[in-house]
Amino acid sequence: MDNPVRVSILQSMNSDLLIVGGGLNGPALALAAAQAGISSTVIDALPTQTRTRNDFDGRSYALALASKRMLAALGLWKQLEAHTQPMQEIKVSDGRVGDAEVFLGLHFNSAEIEEGPMGYMIEDRYLRTVLLDAMDSNDLITHKPESRVVSQANNASQASVTLQDGAVLTARLLIGADGRQSGTAQRAGIQRTGWGYGQTALVCAIDHEKPHGGVAHQFFMPAGPLAILPLPGNRSSIVWSETEENAKSINALSDEDYLAVLRPRFGNFLGDIDLAGARYTYPLNLTLANSFVGERLALVGDAAHGMHPIAGQGLNAGLRDVAALAHVMSHAARRGEDYASPQVLARYQQWRRFDTASLAAATDVFNRLFSNDNPLLRAARDFGMAAVNAVPELRRTFIREAAGLTGELPDLMRG
Amino acid sequence: MGNVMTNTVDPSEVAKFEAMAAEWWDPNGKFKPLHMLNPCRLDYITTQIAGEFEKDLDSATPFAGLRILDIGCGGGLLCEPMARLGAEIIGVDAAERNIPVAQAHAAQSGLTIDYRHTTAEAMAAAGEQFDIVLNMEVVEHVADPLAYLTACQQLLKPGGLHICSTINRNPKSFAMAIVGAENVMRWLPKGTHEWNKFITPDELFDLMRNAGLNPVDRKGFVFNPISWTWKLSDRDLSVNYVTAALKP
Ligand SMILES: Cc1cc2nc3c(=O)[nH]c(=O)nc-3n(C[C@H](O)[C@H](O)[C@H](O)COP(=O)(O)OP(=O)(O)OC[C@H]3O[C@@H](n4cnc5c(N)ncnc54)[C@H](O)[C@@H]3O)c2cc1C
Repeated sequence: MDNPVRVSILQSMNSDLLIVGGGLNGPALALAAAQAGISSTVIDALPTQTRTRNDFDGRSYALALASKRMLAALGLWKQLEAHTQPMQEIKVSDGRVGDAEVFLGLHFNSAEIEEGPMGYMIEDRYLRTVLLDAMDSNDLITHKPESRVVSQANNASQASVTLQDGAVLTARLLIGADGRQSGTAQRAGIQRTGWGYGQTALVCAIDHEKPHGGVAHQFFMPAGPLAILPLPGNRSSIVWSETEENAKSINALSDEDYLAVLRPRFGNFLGDIDLAGARYTYPLNLTLANSFVGERLALVGDAAHGMHPIAGQGLNAGLRDVAALAHVMSHAARRGEDYASPQVLARYQQWRRFDTASLAAATDVFNRLFSNDNPLLRAARDFGMAAVNAVPELRRTFIREAAGLTGELPDLMRG
Repeated sequence: MGNVMTNTVDPSEVAKFEAMAAEWWDPNGKFKPLHMLNPCRLDYITTQIAGEFEKDLDSATPFAGLRILDIGCGGGLLCEPMARLGAEIIGVDAAERNIPVAQAHAAQSGLTIDYRHTTAEAMAAAGEQFDIVLNMEVVEHVADPLAYLTACQQLLKPGGLHICSTINRNPKSFAMAIVGAENVMRWLPKGTHEWNKFITPDELFDLMRNAGLNPVDRKGFVFNPISWTWKLSDRDLSVNYVTAALKP
């Protein structure tokens, strides 16, 4: 007998992976797969220029320590570091507008864990540009901007998609990294479970007079949480949750009136404040795909789960999907397994869907508990925060959880 | 030999075999226990081969140039990974119905693998020679283990590697493998294993020495009911275990 040879269908495939979505998680997966020798075609409906506009649009991310390690393992941290602000401390407080004294209930300090800062803030534009540039200079990655996927057909042997111009692309595995409305999941018949919070996040960046000292603040207000997250210089990112109605009317205000509403919530501990970029609103609903995998298909990032950004975990959870899927695929490939087979994809599903569902549920409970002005609940949570604060071991556990260092870590996040 | 089937099989038969292959390869189907154990088995097999033949598992086809025999190939759960790693693999099975099923799945996977309806003894009698013989979960089913292992030894080139896994014989393995795997978890079709045929690691090492093989390693496959996965263990060989031996 001759040596076994792969039949021609595999040789005629465009790449090993077809990644629909060139946002943040799609490119991250293409880069992680390339490290394991797995090639990708990354398809995005938008032109590259639209995705990498260099003007600051006000969006930024809290990268957990585990996400930083992953970006370092992908060789991107050097370009990113200059644009990041380490988060040295997180202060969580329970506050009501108009209360004279804000009770500082919880205080997390990264000096308490040996791994370093709990996380890093970075503006969306830097992260996106660095990911897209790295992708374009990688031989194993083909980038197809301005290409919208209109249909897909997977079978036991291969995955394929059709673009709006009629072109058909094939690969071993299809990845849905196409965001919260994931058409890839819909076309595969994967249903979603979701619920709204009746809240909307108002997102913007502000410049302030006094330095923030690398401290992140989370204030729990009756309408919803307000996060103040430090960016490089005297600038912070705001994620301000309000009821849908309040948010709608606040968003309709002029910049000046918007600031006038924000100031009393914010307090004056950073001195005077001013808007540093565009204002966004973001409906706070949770959407979880009922399955993260299908026939020759895996979902990552917002396509798998859109979450309440209360804990800054939206992107971190996506990067964790990417690292876990890359881990499962590369270990499978080393053993000679077909990494697009149901048995291998089941390992990714088992690892990530459980983690995500519990994180989503915890975030949900947290938010419901804190977005409430019931005096009993308020007393209970103040007591809870004081208890956590009083016990160093408990506090360290919370810090490690927020830094993404708990649970089974994928290779890329081990550091 | 092996591929005569492809010429004589009619299309409706192919569909039937594909359906049976789907059953073999369904991670939640009848062979779920084997699928769960498979990554662990493959980890052991690939690291032993890489170590013995100085191959780099990070390269694209590390096993290119190696001729491997898989005895009791079933649906091809070990053959396909070996083929993907570049080996020349021959899968044999005494159950004739498994052959076209394995071939159908290999075709869907884009692999061509030489599957044959024959036995280790017949292959040895025909003078076939391999770098590696994979002898996984077979020895507990055979009537005369020493004769069988002698045939395996004859199939190896000098310096060749024999990898053999089986089930230990003690009250725990009885409970786990027979009551647990066959009845409670329905991991393996009922009656697949007879407890009195199980072999302890020491007995297996003695049998291999008598068959002219030199045992070099043994490890346990340990099931973790919390993570629902299998891990290799240096110490716990109480239920499932795997061994490596060399032909001098
Ligand atoms: C205002 C705002 C603030 C946020 N703040 C935080 C924060 O502080 N911390 C945090 O961790 N997370 C935050 N998030 C969440 C974070 O932005 C997301 O988790 C992250 O962007 C998800 O990336 P993704 O790659 O999964 O999807 P996306 O970024 O949504 O990318 C999906 C891509 O798919 C493309 N696409 C869709 N359909 C098709 C198709 N048919 N064909 C081709 N291409 C297609 C789209 O063009 C898009 O580029 C925030 C989100 C918003 C909106």
